[in-house]
Amino acid sequence: MSSVLYDVPGPKARRISLIGSVVGGLAILGLLAWIIFTLGQQGIFEGRRWQIFTRADVWRLLGNGLGATLSAAGLAAVIAFPLGLLLCLLRISDLKAIRIPTRVVLEFLRGMPVVLMMLFILLGFGTSQFIAVVAGLVVYNAAVFAEIIRAGIQSLPKGQREAGLAIGLTSFKSRMLIELPQAVRRMMPSLVAQLVVLLKDTSLGYIVAYGELLRAVQLMADVLGPAFLFPVFFVAAAMYIAINIAISRLAVWIERRGSKKAAGGTAKADPVAVEAAAP
Amino acid sequence: MDVIIESLPLYWEGFLRTLFLSAVSGVIALVLGTLLAAARVSPVAALRGFSTVYVEILRNTPLTIAFFFAAIVLPRLGVQFAQFEVAAIIALSSYTAAFIAEAVRSGVNSVPVGQAEAARSIGMNFGQVLNLIILPQALRTVIPPLINILIALVKNSSVAGAFFVLELFGYGRQLANANGDQVITVLLGTAFFYLLLTVPLGILASTVERKVAIAR
Repeated sequence: MSSVLYDVPGPKARRISLIGSVVGGLAILGLLAWIIFTLGQQGIFEGRRWQIFTRADVWRLLGNGLGATLSAAGLAAVIAFPLGLLLCLLRISDLKAIRIPTRVVLEFLRGMPVVLMMLFILLGFGTSQFIAVVAGLVVYNAAVFAEIIRAGIQSLPKGQREAGLAIGLTSFKSRMLIELPQAVRRMMPSLVAQLVVLLKDTSLGYIVAYGELLRAVQLMADVLGPAFLFPVFFVAAAMYIAINIAISRLAVWIERRGSKKAAGGTAKADPVAVEAAAP
Repeated sequence: MDVIIESLPLYWEGFLRTLFLSAVSGVIALVLGTLLAAARVSPVAALRGFSTVYVEILRNTPLTIAFFFAAIVLPRLGVQFAQFEVAAIIALSSYTAAFIAEAVRSGVNSVPVGQAEAARSIGMNFGQVLNLIILPQALRTVIPPLINILIALVKNSSVAGAFFVLELFGYGRQLANANGDQVITVLLGTAFFYLLLTVPLGILASTVERKVAIAR
């Protein structure tokens, strides 16, 4: 562990650091022990409460919830990406009459809570909950994808477009053949990071009564009794976190792979920008 | 349109509560996030580990789950809140702190190595390097992403509306249910109040970004 922020620790500093680690570790362990003790006092660790996970129907319900979550996220992602590309093209159009209204629409969409959009679609258009969730996610994420890809196109050297136009491509062809492929590749880490956000946002479906994972948890707690709320919640939260960490790792892996083969316009997306896309 | 004018006091109250939730959670998250970022780069392994685990878990947890935990699971476990606002603030600030920690950490990494080396070479210790040299510079580059995180926080506070806190979204939902025939107007009104917060913040973010870009 070498860092320029502090010297390579000598024996004294190493001892202090070790003591600090032990004390800090003990403090964290103590906190955990306290939490576990408090939970134990509530009877969380009674085998009875966790035995429900030996029942097939509990897993089926959780599986249904997970399926509903993943299908909404998958469908939304598949629709939102092409729509985002289209919005991006409109947003950087040469015509002011197209560019400016698109910009206003994008600002509007990005400035609104996703859950409000879902409610709007659900009540305003009287759709099913599934459609409301998917449409809300599509509209919001298409706007975000458009902004990410636009940032990618703007980060390209000017010469790319100039060269495209110089060899006689039309403006549209230059965008499609030269700029977009590079921009999408360059922004891949941000785009994948946004997928994590999209997946997380499906849980907002809970609020508009879509039967996703969290709704399944609530349902089971209502049916089985409040005693089982914590175990079921714990498992569902673990599922969400595991899937999201897997996708986040994928984003990091893509970023590393991209920067290894530096020739093809690397995925050296600004780390700050990547993180900023996240919440 | 009449609906909006009639229920303007409700909108206003909701708006103020959204503002309150966002401001309080924002301040707590900023402090907590900076501490987490400092722990993440510190020499003490236990702090580094704790910070990493915290950020990884919270960043990958849906906000609704965090709210569900704070507002529904915690009371079942014997942690009682006088008001649901407290639960909302706990959920929002602990969730947002993870993102702030990440943003500040990338800011720390964006400060040229030579800065830290120069500070080290004139004999500053870890705390001095961080407080006097790195963080002031890092915070500058980090301000635009931080504002973006705060915009997200304002939007995220809408989730509180579903967990017993009557803020903008909560009132919007109530009004929409009460005025079934004018749902679209009512919800557009709610959207307008959100934009009143998010759009100026967005303009601020891009202005600051341009300023900082010149300075560096």
